[in-house]
Amino acid sequence: MVETSSVPLTGPQGPKPRKALSRRNVFLYGTLLLITLYYALPLYVMIVTSLKGMPEIRLGNVFSPPVEITFQPWAKAWSEACTGLTCNGLSTGFWNSVRITIPSVILSIIIASVNGYALANWKFKGADAFFTILIFGAFIPYQILLYPMVIMLREMGLYGSLGGLVLVHTIFGMPILTLLFRNYFTSLPEELFKAARVDGAGFWGIYFRIMVPMSLPIFTVAMILQVTGIWNDFLFGVVYTGPDTYPMTVSLNNIVNSTQGVKEYNVNMAATILTGLVPLTIYFVSGRLFVRGIAAGAVKG
Amino acid sequence: MNNSVEIKNLDLHFGAVKVLQNLNLEIGKGEFLVLLGSSGCGKSTLLNCIAGLLDVTAGQIHINDTNVTWSEPSERGIGMVFQSYALYPQMTVEGNLSFGLKNAKLPKAEIAKRVKRASEILQIEPLLKRKPAALSGGQRQRVAIGRALVRDVDVFLFDEPLSNLDAKLRAELRVEIKRLHQKLENTMIYVTHDQIEAMTLADRIAIMRGGQIMQLGSPDDIYGRPLNRYVADFIGSPSMNFFDGAITNGAFTVGDLTIPLTGYDFVSGGPVDGAATLGIRPEHVVTGELVENEPIRIDVDVELIEPTGSDKLIDCEVAGHPFRVRMDGQAQVSVGEKLRIGIDPARASLFDAATEVRL
Ligand SMILES: Nc1ncnc2c1ncn2[C@@H]1O[C@H](COP(=O)(O)OP(=O)(O)OP(=O)(O)O)[C@@H](O)[C@H]1O
Ligand SMILES: [Mg+2]
Repeated sequence: MVETSSVPLTGPQGPKPRKALSRRNVFLYGTLLLITLYYALPLYVMIVTSLKGMPEIRLGNVFSPPVEITFQPWAKAWSEACTGLTCNGLSTGFWNSVRITIPSVILSIIIASVNGYALANWKFKGADAFFTILIFGAFIPYQILLYPMVIMLREMGLYGSLGGLVLVHTIFGMPILTLLFRNYFTSLPEELFKAARVDGAGFWGIYFRIMVPMSLPIFTVAMILQVTGIWNDFLFGVVYTGPDTYPMTVSLNNIVNSTQGVKEYNVNMAATILTGLVPLTIYFVSGRLFVRGIAAGAVKG
Repeated sequence: MNNSVEIKNLDLHFGAVKVLQNLNLEIGKGEFLVLLGSSGCGKSTLLNCIAGLLDVTAGQIHINDTNVTWSEPSERGIGMVFQSYALYPQMTVEGNLSFGLKNAKLPKAEIAKRVKRASEILQIEPLLKRKPAALSGGQRQRVAIGRALVRDVDVFLFDEPLSNLDAKLRAELRVEIKRLHQKLENTMIYVTHDQIEAMTLADRIAIMRGGQIMQLGSPDDIYGRPLNRYVADFIGSPSMNFFDGAITNGAFTVGDLTIPLTGYDFVSGGPVDGAATLGIRPEHVVTGELVENEPIRIDVDVELIEPTGSDKLIDCEVAGHPFRVRMDGQAQVSVGEKLRIGIDPARASLFDAATEVRL
């Protein structure tokens, strides 16, 4: 070791002191606070209103907290609210949405990840052409395909059924998901793939044993994308299903927009929150999973 | 036949880019062959062709007298070690070592035996239960070598296995690889662009440039008798001094300097008059008392001194060409001083000026 001795220092030393209330900080946190309020306020109003009874709402104090908390609007929104002729609330729509979302998400992610993997690692004949077509597909506006899709589903006998909608969601999710997976798999070190081939693993062996375990983050991203996208979908739901098989978004619309009787704001608010609850939960749960996936070093070798 | 790997008329093109062209190479059983060349010359591409990770455009590859041109990588009897280690991050060291054996459906007992043997040889037994992320660079590279070792193959392929390690560790592992080769006695094909690594490890070195082999020979040959100017310039650090001059009447002349070529071993038998390039390695220039024993003596001005610890490199000028001399690290010289140097043409290299081929 080289001997060192402390020399007394004068003048600036160590970390530069920063003022807590500098103009920069005031501006930064002020803006953040404003934006937070802007987004949080409507949610606050919705929650508050959904917990009030109708008499209290008629007083017109939108921002005041409920005097008497009641969960009756929530119960009504779930099981009694009327959508046109039937009065089953959102529950039917909820279970329809679950039955649509789960298979669509699983199916589209499985197919897209295998597609992306094949495109990224196995440069098969016509891969580039296939990829170009797929990317092109991502840019076609959905509206153009709505009616041709109706005919296709009718010919296949799936029109109006949940299965038909699952198929539609799977197909429409394909371009963007495949692109997502392809890009991720391309970013993984190529030598890993080569090593696995030398080790005698085949197409599926490498996919399941090497690629999938390293791809938790991208699977999470794909899942968030698909669950929220499919759960929030209204257009395909209203076009490709019938009243028995309407997804939750369509039921919600029918409840909120029903013209008979008085407008029950508390029920509408509760119904809206209920419908948004699933994507919200997904964000909270898998957002953390996502971060953990990256932090655990699943990405680097 | 006694060759472990034979490459016959190999072509490899990426679309319009012709990376390898009509390449022929024979590697004997148990030989340690190093592929050396600058970046982008096609070393990895050649190695990938041998491994079967790239489809060749034309030509054949034989391993152990079997034509494996169309075989899968795992069926070729090769093991490969990559520059980035390429360990499977989600598997333990043990999992990494046994992955290939499980794919080959070997019995459990056999797998355990081989993993044990490999980890003993490479001294990674305490690490078997760890994930690659919890290993140091040197340990990771050992595991990567182990993964090739457990396969019990005759041919090892290394693609710059040490270039991600720091200098000290690189030197250590280099020795270990050499030991491993002496112990296992299998064929090794080793890609590097570090010439020290190439010189210390190789039985034979293949110097590559633009997808072609410029010279194939023992380290001594390549260093002492480079076949062309490219190899002469590429090998050796500091690099060779070159003089562009001409041969007239059996002597090399450049500017006002004439160097008689007595003692030079001509490839073609004798000197032919014409434009030529003379190359002299800085470490073959003599200084001090021994100068007077050398056939040619020149006085030069010391322009710059670069001490490296063990050596001192002197920059000066000879016949209008920049010239470098290697002196002992302890030598007493200073800038501006006159220095007397001695040169022996027998240790120099002569190249044709047009074809750059050794004369
Ligand atoms: N997939 C590819 N498509 C087109 N050209 C490629 C491809 N892969 C490699 N090349 C080209 O082939 C040449 C040889 O590449 P290679 O990887 O074999 O070089 P290398 O000698 O291993 O270099 P390094 O020392 O940098 O690893 C390079 O010029 C490179 O640009
Ligand atoms: Mg390379």
